[in-house]
Amino acid sequence: MKRRSLFITIAGILGFIFLYAPIVSLVIFSFNKSRLVTVWGGFSTKWYGELLQDPQILGAAWISLQIAFISACLAIVIGTLAAFVLVRFKKFRTRTLLSGMITAPLVMPEVITGLSLLLLFVAMQGLIGWPVGRGITTIIISHATFGAAYAAVIIQSRLVDMDLSIEEAASDLGAKPIRVFFDITLPTITPALISGWLLAFTLSLDDLVIASFVSGPGSSTLPMVIFSKVRLGVTPEINALATIIILIVSLGVIVAALTMQKGNKQNVA
Amino acid sequence: MSDKKTFVDRMPFSQQIAGFFARIGLSPRAMVIAIPTLWLLIFFLIPFVVVAKISLSEAAIARPPYLPLWEFKDGILNVTLNIGNYIFLTEDPLYYSAFIESITIAGFSTFFALLIGYPMAYMIARAPDRTRNILLMLVILPFWSSFLLRVYAWIGILKTKGLINGALMWLGIIDDPIVMMQTDFAVYVGIVYTYLPFMILPLYANLVKLDESLLEAASDLGASPFMTFLTITLPLSLPGIFAGSLLVFIPAVGEFVIPQLLGGPDTLMIGKILWNEFFSNRDWPVASAVAIAMLFVLVIPVMLLQKAQQADGEQS
Repeated sequence: MKRRSLFITIAGILGFIFLYAPIVSLVIFSFNKSRLVTVWGGFSTKWYGELLQDPQILGAAWISLQIAFISACLAIVIGTLAAFVLVRFKKFRTRTLLSGMITAPLVMPEVITGLSLLLLFVAMQGLIGWPVGRGITTIIISHATFGAAYAAVIIQSRLVDMDLSIEEAASDLGAKPIRVFFDITLPTITPALISGWLLAFTLSLDDLVIASFVSGPGSSTLPMVIFSKVRLGVTPEINALATIIILIVSLGVIVAALTMQKGNKQNVA
Repeated sequence: MSDKKTFVDRMPFSQQIAGFFARIGLSPRAMVIAIPTLWLLIFFLIPFVVVAKISLSEAAIARPPYLPLWEFKDGILNVTLNIGNYIFLTEDPLYYSAFIESITIAGFSTFFALLIGYPMAYMIARAPDRTRNILLMLVILPFWSSFLLRVYAWIGILKTKGLINGALMWLGIIDDPIVMMQTDFAVYVGIVYTYLPFMILPLYANLVKLDESLLEAASDLGASPFMTFLTITLPLSLPGIFAGSLLVFIPAVGEFVIPQLLGGPDTLMIGKILWNEFFSNRDWPVASAVAIAMLFVLVIPVMLLQKAQQADGEQS
């Protein structure tokens, strides 16, 4: 018994090293004075300075943040409704259709999703004249769609775990279903809503492939700018950007995890 | 006390919504079902119909760059279905070998992800509560930070003057650098690395439910740890292995960024081909035909995944 646990522990730790080594190397070399990745030229923060003076990156970051914010809000509305319907309404005609459409975006290769959405937008413009051209709006719609799928998964698992007796008590006391939803269900699943929103937000910030298909002139997102720079080779400026993103994301995840834990504790009490 | 206050405050809002539904003649229930269903129908399912349609049209120098499928002229409806794009896919060996290579790379990557992910999932599932939450967060954290930048990180590690070669040469193990970038090896590393959390999480969810008394019973009856693993843990974790493998395999088949950044010109993956058809050749009909062909390859794994998840949902 002991020997196996030792094997598992070593293999597990190696696995975590595999997961984190690239991230650690990104962070370390963002502080490298030298432009070369292998040569340590001393500590320097000059790449951060250059990053903050790069109008192309800053502009793209601003566009990406706007898109991520709006699409995450849309995603959470659609995702909550889908999750609620799938967990609480046991029988309805389009159930299989809806559950299929909410899971499939999770695994659909991005090139297919991107191409199909672009062709849809082109066809829609021809038929009903909207959306005019491609740009921020089309990226938001696309991101909201796959963001909703991820949000729905998180919210679904929370809804399944939820104690139904409180909702039942409320409706026994005469509350209408819609009031039960807003006063009981929504507050109870708030932690899941927060992490679903954050996940949709980061996925949108991160997406390169779908955005490349459905974007138009003047709406290059941050990943699109990073991709065009990375293709030309390794630049420490990108390492600095990566470090900032990793820092923000880690803080966000830790805060979200703490809120979740707090929420769980409240539930127990 | 404060709860009571919000109850009263929110009442008009919920009544307003209910009133709105009643006015347009839909029950709230139907409305709640309709919103997500319609959204996904329009922005997820119908696009595939459009792709299928355009895959049957002819490329042209126009805006958009394909000819319409039907034309209504002098009272006659002319429908032109062009299956030439599909014939083209079967005739040019490029597409066939790209499909085979994508499936091979995705398959082996899934296997390696399972080899690395299983012990990690097992370790997390057996860890004490506090450690378990931290370890789980450590698995999820990379998934939240930029995928593109994490793939980019491997360029610095794998390239000829990169970290691995630098370290090995400094240690004197090798004299000349090993070429790792722009090879299939780099693509494997990238895919396994990127999709590892997708393997670990369903495996963990499965292993954490494992009844430990079964393991104790087996070892009490004299089974070696290895036998216990082979006859109890492994068979019971098959649903987790299945779900995790599909979650890695399906997106890996269509992966574009990893073969583009880490692979070489010889790395033919179907996602890259689709991208090039669309962006470089501007041949939308052929790109659509490639997408439809890819969907046919993936439809069985996607349906299996759906089934596995439904079974899992019923269990819990």
